[in-house]
Amino acid sequence: MNRFINRFALPIALFGLLVVVLAIGIKHSPDKGIIASPLIGKPAPQFSLPSLTDASRTISTASLRGRWYLLNVWGSWCGTCREEHRMLLEVRQSGLVPVIGLDWKDDDAQARSWLAQLGDPYEVVAVDRDGRTAIDWGVYAAPESFLVNPQGIVVYKCMGELTPEVWAKEILPRLPKQQTAKS
Amino acid sequence: MKRAITGMACARRHAGRRRLVTWLIALAGVLIGAAAYAIDPTEMPDPVLQQRYLALTHELRCVQCQNEAIADSPAGIASDLRREVRDMLLAGKSDDDVRNFMLARYGDFVLFRPRWAMKTAWLWLAPGVLLAIGAVVAWRIVRARTALVPLDNEPLEEDLRR
Repeated sequence: MNRFINRFALPIALFGLLVVVLAIGIKHSPDKGIIASPLIGKPAPQFSLPSLTDASRTISTASLRGRWYLLNVWGSWCGTCREEHRMLLEVRQSGLVPVIGLDWKDDDAQARSWLAQLGDPYEVVAVDRDGRTAIDWGVYAAPESFLVNPQGIVVYKCMGELTPEVWAKEILPRLPKQQTAKS
Repeated sequence: MKRAITGMACARRHAGRRRLVTWLIALAGVLIGAAAYAIDPTEMPDPVLQQRYLALTHELRCVQCQNEAIADSPAGIASDLRREVRDMLLAGKSDDDVRNFMLARYGDFVLFRPRWAMKTAWLWLAPGVLLAIGAVVAWRIVRARTALVPLDNEPLEEDLRR
């Protein structure tokens, strides 16, 4: 019996370890394509960009400080953004958190006509024509949304479409209680 | 008449062959052209910078396509990231400055060759650890077998009887 244990203990232990490693891999496989943002818990990257609707106005991270906001990265060229749009309109209607648009590598006229056609969910839209601000935020595929707190810290990032599930499970619970009680 | 017909057929065949040759030349042209005009046309002002630029763009992963380096990817974000690399090198930044810039924005995933950190230590250590385990197992097997050798060398009963 003792000999049996000696002989098989190590292989069985190694096999067990392999099973655990593979199980972790399989469990995490749905988010394999998603790169965890190193930005979470860190100050939101600074930007100062012109407004889509009023080119003389600049929108900056400094001017957004002191309240919660949801920065939504979009472009009129982005198909998923169109699907996401309805949800963003609902967020605006709820009044729970202002949505700030970051129009990423887009044509201003097309972006404006998109908002005229589909409705404007944004409090204000900052124009990032050369895509440098998006890089600072670690954006790699639109749409992406960042939840930023009044201290200017990024608390959550949603990769891809902001669905009602993401809203209910990830964003609402992070907003302060009195803010969500308003609705 | 008959001759004229064969003559025409011959001409037609010739034309066919010539068309084939033209097509082959065109195809070769396209292939050579594709190789010459790869995805990234960027040229740095001096060969040292060019070398560093190429090394970095091959070392950084395209965050959108994920299995390609930014040097090889036609994605928009890859060309934006190449522009960042180019501008940083032209501004006199070091290779590590470029790597840290990307790391701060996109995390460890952007580096095809992971850096040495707590989070990535296992990536670097695992091969050594596995090799050590293998060596211990092999050593134990060899030792167990060599222990049997003296037994093997003992004369068999038949030999003794002789």
